[in-house]
Amino acid sequence: MSTRLAKQGRLIDRSKQVEFTFNGTTLKGYEGDTLASALLANDQMLVGRSFKYHRPRGIVASGAEEPNALVGLGSNRRYEPNQRATTTELFAGLEAKSQNHWPSLEFDVGEINSKLFARFLPAGFYYKMFIHPKPFWKHVYEPFIRKSAGLGAAPDKELVDADTYEHFYFFTDVLVIGGGVAGLQAAKTAAATGAKVLVLEEKSFWGGRAPVDGGEIEGLAAEDWIAKTLEELGAMDNVTLRDRCMGAGVYDHGYVLGYERLTDHAPEAGGPRHRLWRIRATQVVTATGAIERPLSFAGNDVPGVMLAASMRDYIVNWGVMPGQKVVIATNNDDAYRTALAVHAAGGEVVRVVDARENGGGKLADEVRALGIRVENGRAIAKVKDGKRVTKVALCAQNGEGGAREEIEADAVAMSGGWSPVVHLWSHCGGKLNWDAANAHFAPDPDRAPTSHDGKPFVVTAGSASGPLGLGAVMADAAAAGAKAAEAAGRPAQAVAEIATNDVAEAQMEAVWFMPAKADIQLRMKSWLDYQNDVKVSDVQLAAREGYESVEHTKRYTTLGMATDQGKLSNINGLAVLADSLNSEIPQVGTTTFRPPYHPISMGAIGGEARGEVFQPLRRTPMHDWHEANGADFEPVGHWRRPYAFVRGGESVHDAVNREVRNTRENLGLLDASTLGKLVVKGPDAGKFLDMMYTNMMSNLKIGKCRYGLMCSENGFLMDDGVVARIDEDTWLCHTTTGGAERIHGHMEEWLQTEWYDWKVYVTNVTEQLAQVAVVGPNARKVLEKLNAQAGGGMDVSKEALPFMEWRDGEIGGFKARAYRISFSGELSYEIAVSASEGQAFWNALYEAGKEFGVMPYGTEALHILRAEKGFIMIGDETDGTVIPQDLNLQWALSKKKEDFLGKRAHTRSHMADPDRWKLVGLETVDGSVLPDGAYAVGNGVNANGQKNTIGRVTSTYYSANLGRGIAMGLVKHGPKRMGEIIEFPGTDGTIYKAKIVDPVFYDKEGEKQNV
Amino acid sequence: MSDPVSALKGARHAGLVEVRETGLGGMITLRGDLDSDAIKSAVKSVTGADVPALRKIALGDAGAAAWMSPDELLLLVDYAEADAVVAKLDEALVGTHYMATNVSDARACFSVSGEAAREVMGKLAPVDFSAAKFGAGDFRRSRLAQVAAAFWMDDAGAFHIVCFRSVGQYMFDLLKVASHPQSAVGVY
Amino acid sequence: MLMLHCPFCDEYVEETELQAGGEAHLKRFGPGSSDDEFHDYLFTRENPKGVHFELWRHINGCGKWFIAARCTVTLEVFGTYPANCTEPPQWIKDKISEKRPGWTWREFAG
Repeated sequence: MSTRLAKQGRLIDRSKQVEFTFNGTTLKGYEGDTLASALLANDQMLVGRSFKYHRPRGIVASGAEEPNALVGLGSNRRYEPNQRATTTELFAGLEAKSQNHWPSLEFDVGEINSKLFARFLPAGFYYKMFIHPKPFWKHVYEPFIRKSAGLGAAPDKELVDADTYEHFYFFTDVLVIGGGVAGLQAAKTAAATGAKVLVLEEKSFWGGRAPVDGGEIEGLAAEDWIAKTLEELGAMDNVTLRDRCMGAGVYDHGYVLGYERLTDHAPEAGGPRHRLWRIRATQVVTATGAIERPLSFAGNDVPGVMLAASMRDYIVNWGVMPGQKVVIATNNDDAYRTALAVHAAGGEVVRVVDARENGGGKLADEVRALGIRVENGRAIAKVKDGKRVTKVALCAQNGEGGAREEIEADAVAMSGGWSPVVHLWSHCGGKLNWDAANAHFAPDPDRAPTSHDGKPFVVTAGSASGPLGLGAVMADAAAAGAKAAEAAGRPAQAVAEIATNDVAEAQMEAVWFMPAKADIQLRMKSWLDYQNDVKVSDVQLAAREGYESVEHTKRYTTLGMATDQGKLSNINGLAVLADSLNSEIPQVGTTTFRPPYHPISMGAIGGEARGEVFQPLRRTPMHDWHEANGADFEPVGHWRRPYAFVRGGESVHDAVNREVRNTRENLGLLDASTLGKLVVKGPDAGKFLDMMYTNMMSNLKIGKCRYGLMCSENGFLMDDGVVARIDEDTWLCHTTTGGAERIHGHMEEWLQTEWYDWKVYVTNVTEQLAQVAVVGPNARKVLEKLNAQAGGGMDVSKEALPFMEWRDGEIGGFKARAYRISFSGELSYEIAVSASEGQAFWNALYEAGKEFGVMPYGTEALHILRAEKGFIMIGDETDGTVIPQDLNLQWALSKKKEDFLGKRAHTRSHMADPDRWKLVGLETVDGSVLPDGAYAVGNGVNANGQKNTIGRVTSTYYSANLGRGIAMGLVKHGPKRMGEIIEFPGTDGTIYKAKIVDPVFYDKEGEKQNV
Repeated sequence: MSDPVSALKGARHAGLVEVRETGLGGMITLRGDLDSDAIKSAVKSVTGADVPALRKIALGDAGAAAWMSPDELLLLVDYAEADAVVAKLDEALVGTHYMATNVSDARACFSVSGEAAREVMGKLAPVDFSAAKFGAGDFRRSRLAQVAAAFWMDDAGAFHIVCFRSVGQYMFDLLKVASHPQSAVGVY
Repeated sequence: MLMLHCPFCDEYVEETELQAGGEAHLKRFGPGSSDDEFHDYLFTRENPKGVHFELWRHINGCGKWFIAARCTVTLEVFGTYPANCTEPPQWIKDKISEKRPGWTWREFAG
């Protein structure tokens, strides 16, 4: 029976009782409890079911290494699965639910299944089982695996996380990860040099294990030394201390992620729930401590079997006694501290079995002196299966598990030795050495991770380096602090010796099987990886089947692949693998340690980027007007552009047709502000633009415009737009909406890395200007009316401002630049005013235009209008594989220029191939609209038996002006096949028949734009 | 001619810090040889400021000059004067290779003031905002969350941010989120 | 995540302020070049285990292109310099030679 003690519990406040629920039952705990300690205090030994066999599982550990006690926390918009009870701080109203069972935790169908089918679930089960027959995969296996994969249920996709998150960038000379006595000492030593120091502690309390394990530092009890040191550090301006903040990962060049849990313990506090610290540290000290290893004996997963030091933690930290009759199994002296703690708290230690033939040292003597029975060379043969520990069978360690003695107990404390937490050291490449004496991998200080300067930037401190005794830990920590500060550029300092008082311990001995020659029945019940249900027998089977590489064995057996990433299981698993392969552990090696150290929330990774600031939305100066006038927006890059302006009672399609017709018949306004506008200026600007564009720009006359094409160096079309010559050495280049930043960058790249001696400056003025396309037969009338109202302005007549020219002046009182350019084939002016006057100018046009039938139009009307005229659109007719010749744009490729980007590429054999698909117009035989992206098929089949393709649709629309579907496409030998009818199989089974025609569908002579 | 309006028409928000859209300011992108006497005297004549040192902003009686890149300054002047200032620069720099462009309307400008200003900035930009590394007169181009921005600190400890006009709303919302009253970090 | 020194801003900046531009010191081949020359210019790239030169742009910053000489194995950065040159300057070659004696990269060597 697990109970709350009347006394003890250094972390709980007995004056503050809190209620919480577990599987709907209300339970009580204290402030300062973890969910795990509170569950144990309520005798809740069974906390979950295992992944594969649905075995009953209890709490094994007291910290982040816990593999079993994963629960679903919270509900609705605050529900989160797979949360470790051991690191969940208790608060009033906490709701926890156990996972991985059906119909209930106590009675689980899966468990019965596993008893029947356990022998069908060996290592590599998935690989072996789900191969044949093939159709079973989709209909039987995959649904089954998906249902059983993962642990807790994923949150409901309809429920949006109620919390907010944020990032924080921080820079420091020295970052200390871990706020135990080693971390505090390292911080103190480093801070004394004046270095800027940040210390992260993942728990809500400082000092780590030392107050539980005892000992004195500098003449003070560990707890008092911690309080004093915290006070000293807190008073220093150069030191920042953060608790509830885990060092999650160490990355290149001193980049470290800290995961701060701000409100997990107080969900009603408000403010962000998690903060992700994005730290740049010159030096990182990992004072991450060590993790105790389980022992591999049969039934080591029965609820009530826990790590020895964790049992001690529950007693000392939270005043919880996990059992009244405790059996302790160990291969080292540290577990005797648990015997002392159990005894001191009034529990009964029914037996200590020490696997070592010669047993323990002083601590063992102390235990014996209390009258506790200690047996050397003994082992646990088996813990009886069940939902809690009831009986423990003991045997000789050096045997097969026979001649058992069965004793009654309700808890087992086990210790297989300690492994330094090397994860953060290893994340960025720190290497390890095998320490055979202590049976663990420890960091090799000569092979540390290196930073941008090629020098080491991570140093370990305390038991994270390997030593376990308090004296050695403190000495190592002080040295680490000094080393880090010096490497961060602070003065070197001699490290004073730190006086400590602790007990000498006898040498541990590695025990990988308990008993040493356990038979198969026992090995099949000896768990290595609790969370993924991997047993000793599984790893042995993998080895027999030829999985000799540790990385392969890991994936084959899933050892260490659960959410705890094998913190408890890896070393034991490696030892079993090495034994099976008749090899040594260092030869087998370790798997790779990857960040994060423990799972961190997706919310923290996303930071502030959710809701309205999920991503930047770019708005034109007229955005609000569009929104208020029925705009149905579409994303164009980060811009939001009106697709159409929908009126009451209209569908979007209706609106598009209305806008298309009105623009040809009356007057349309288009917000063209998103078009890129780059000013290129300098004595070499003309020469430069001649390289950038396929056609000649240097000879463009001042006041005139020219449509230009841009190709990449390998010849493909990348952008187009109208270029205007502003003055002797200045040009203004329009780009596509998506091209402004890209083309600006493209120009800068060539100017900075290739023609860096050319005198050219480029400035992106896209957002300086609001640009409105005034389009339609009434375009001139509305501008003239505005000018008349303002009492004069720019002459916009055909004579004063001819097609493909521009003028500066005033329109309706607005300072403006007007371009006579047309992307619709209509009489059209594109007028640029300052962005700050964009809305006012738009309003003026709209008001004045009412008598001329003005309507705003959106991007879909823009597309249809240009398609009616056979104008290409970058991104529709081009896809990164299309060259100007494919689009019959040879006229825009200068023959006079010796060079331009793409010119050389156009002479490559494939580019000059006469069989390249070329642009044509397409008209369906029945007037319907061709499906977008459809492929045309020709005679014969390809190597795969599919029909040969001879072309594809690049743009396709319903033209309201023509009353039929129109399309453009790329077709093999297309321009030579005018009038031919080709077939486009649709995905709906229909064969669409279309006639190859000229791509200019409307006003073929171009009379309407030049009036 | 209408009254020009800024991207957010002077929006404000008070949280951990006060966030304010500071309205329209005159801004000129000046590119050229920053070491040349012609640029130095032209900058001086229109702003009263010297050509700023690397990553600094220099103040003058008629404006300020900020270091944008080795061949680019951002000149801050009166909004109404911007075109006139460009004309003056054109006159002063004639015959040299330079470029002066009025970009006043291409930008949205914000101020972030209050004790937590460094922290709020530190949530959004990958920049060291400790007092030792960023002080009054320091100027930096970087990103705030997902958009490019330039910012500097004034003598009163307030930050001034310049970003593109189209993302003004995003910037304001971002600063609002980062200045949630219960999100103090407490490190500066 | 890399930190590179922007030689223009004289500041260590993190990768999120930068845009990667691929291999540095490419020699452009235009009209008149052979098919092989042009092909190699467009498509053939180094993939070294060790010393490498690559273009980076301080895009969320001064907007300038620079070249970083770094080790692709250890991510050690030997130095950065403006991109307005056709080959690595002598000082950076010397610096690499100090750390990686006998290094070569394309036609360049210590």
